[in-house]
Amino acid sequence: MKTLEELKAIREKTLANIQLRTETGEDSVRIVVGMATCGIAAGARPVLAAFVEEVAKRKLANVSVTQTGCIGVCRLEPIVEVFAPGEEKVTYVKMTPEKAGRVIAEHIVNKQVVSEYTIGMNQ
Amino acid sequence: MKDLSLHILDIAQNSVKAGAKLIDVTLLENADSLVITITDDGRGMSPEFLKTVTDPFVTTRTTRKVGLGLPLYRQAAELTGGSLDIASSPGSGTTVRAVFFTGHIDCPPLGDLPATVQTLVQGAPDIDFHYRHEKCGKASRLDTREMRGALGGVPLCEAEVLNWIYESLKESEETLL
Ligand SMILES: Nc1ncnc2c1ncn2[C@@H]1O[C@H](COP(=O)(O)OP(=O)(O)OP(=O)(O)O)[C@@H](O)[C@H]1O
Ligand SMILES: [Mg+2]
Repeated sequence: MKTLEELKAIREKTLANIQLRTETGEDSVRIVVGMATCGIAAGARPVLAAFVEEVAKRKLANVSVTQTGCIGVCRLEPIVEVFAPGEEKVTYVKMTPEKAGRVIAEHIVNKQVVSEYTIGMNQ
Repeated sequence: MKDLSLHILDIAQNSVKAGAKLIDVTLLENADSLVITITDDGRGMSPEFLKTVTDPFVTTRTTRKVGLGLPLYRQAAELTGGSLDIASSPGSGTTVRAVFFTGHIDCPPLGDLPATVQTLVQGAPDIDFHYRHEKCGKASRLDTREMRGALGGVPLCEAEVLNWIYESLKESEETLL
């Protein structure tokens, strides 16, 4: 059984990490997932979950994953935008959880945009 | 929409957008029906707007000309012989109540309800959510207000907290099967 007691343990464990993260204060990367009706219907929920999980697993302290409404091109959903400091915004389309893993490994970690998933290659 | 958990996610996102501080999601399963009620304390809708809101051409969004969430939800409920009711007033919030007849061949499956709650909290960690799924006298529930008590200042969008939400709901949903 999961209990509220476990949350207290999580509190002990994460407070230190949160502290550390604010102290390092590196430039941050934002991953934004479109979660309006069209995005949800096209499969955005597991895509978002995959990004959240990958970021946590790899302990990417300066990367945030957030949700937004409709990005505007419903037929290309699920759509994900990546904002990195000093880089142009990159828009990934028709995303899946598997593709999310590749975007994290290649773009977020190794700074190589995954061109084949970008909106420019899919119009 | 493939399943009801995705509809719930979508309809509750409307409540988030309406500036709600507390969103309540309740599922009541009986022998042949399922009643889903989503209540928020957001900005609400005027009576005139409310009359037109399940019409697929009504939206206050700006990126697309039509709103789809509520019309799709109403259609899903009506296809099972059920219905959708919205009660709302400006300033005091909105209640969206849908009835599905679960024996009907067109009734969508429940889907991954824990993932829906987890996604809602991830997207709006400062809002409180109360979730309750009741069936045959048993209930699966989650209340972020209780969680905040145990978490001290740790935000609900921390990965480990989100994991806990998913695992804990998965466990309690299984007791309803
Ligand atoms: N809980 C709510 N509180 C206040 N206003 C709401 C609520 N739910 C819906 N609305 C209003 O009704 C409109 C239509 O909602 P609907 O979900 O059908 O479409 P949408 O959210 O505009 O777009 P989408 O297709 O992405 O869902 C919204 O734009 C909003 O103005
Ligand atoms: Mg909507």
